Amino acid sequence: MESKIMGYLDGRLREGERLEMEKHLSTCAACQVRVSEFRAVNVLLDELPMIEPSAAFDIRMQARVAAEPAKQSWWAWFVPSPRIAFAASMLLLATVWLGSRPAEHPAIAEQDLPVVNSADYDVISSFAPLADLSQAASDDDDASDSNASQQM
Amino acid sequence: MARSDVQLMLDVKAGDEQSFTLLLHRYRSPLINFLYRMVRNREQAEDLAQEVFIRVYRAREDYVPSAKFTTWLFRIATNLALNSVRDNRYQRMEISLDAPVTVDSEDGDEKTMDVAEKHPNIEQHLVEETRKKMIRHAIDKLPEKQRAAVLLHKYQELDYGEISKILQCSESALKSLLFRAYETLRVELAPLVAQHGK
Repeated sequence: MESKIMGYLDGRLREGERLEMEKHLSTCAACQVRVSEFRAVNVLLDELPMIEPSAAFDIRMQARVAAEPAKQSWWAWFVPSPRIAFAASMLLLATVWLGSRPAEHPAIAEQDLPVVNSADYDVISSFAPLADLSQAASDDDDASDSNASQQM
Repeated sequence: MARSDVQLMLDVKAGDEQSFTLLLHRYRSPLINFLYRMVRNREQAEDLAQEVFIRVYRAREDYVPSAKFTTWLFRIATNLALNSVRDNRYQRMEISLDAPVTVDSEDGDEKTMDVAEKHPNIEQHLVEETRKKMIRHAIDKLPEKQRAAVLLHKYQELDYGEISKILQCSESALKSLLFRAYETLRVELAPLVAQHGK
């Protein structure tokens, strides 16, 4: 009967249950008093006033929402922040650029460079193939040379 | 035509911040009043209300309309309020058992001089204020779960199904909670109930 009293007061009983309750109330003074006093309590609770949110509530609420991190897209998993993204892209560009440059001749240490005194070593006069050269080539030889170079 | 709570929340999920503002305006007053009547401290009630809305906002991407929005909103609020009430009680016990319990200054409390200026019928005003204090005190004396049940049932006008989901109990357990709460209230408010019956 206790659970049905609340449903009866709230008008939430099914028709059959409501009729059963009313029949019971017609014969039970204690329940009649209880229902009557519960209704009085219900009315008394209406006397409590509502309070209004303070003027600062909306301002503070907006500030808290604004402080929340923005919604991240799926690629944010790979790049946690714009700064890291920028640094990573610069590093990638630098790597590609370095890789595309031609290989430089290795530097030769100064102590490895041979010291040549031109007075002691006459390269031209001692160059053996020059000594074997015949006289200057004729025009016929020029034509045969150009054919040979084409075949190459 | 005003959008439903579910539609607004789905719009928030899609990134529409304005819809969140609309939900905020729709529920800030009932939420603050529920929390105020639970924790009896206005500032704390507003802090808790903000916490409720922030949790709703953070959960926006995962929102699925599997229950009514009010059920979700007031479940968060009730859990926070119950934790707060228990923490407050523990803190009061820690401070001193002998120290007087300071009750939050009610919005209706006024200094005697202010009352005289604003209310020509002082006696009537004081009678009304006394009644409100008695009613507030009677609600305060309820165990927190009974208090939450009464506040959700009476002031939010939620049905038994919703309230039982919020309080995570069966409907029959909820009706029992409400019955015991009203039994306590009718005893606490007996002088006022007797006046009402006349």
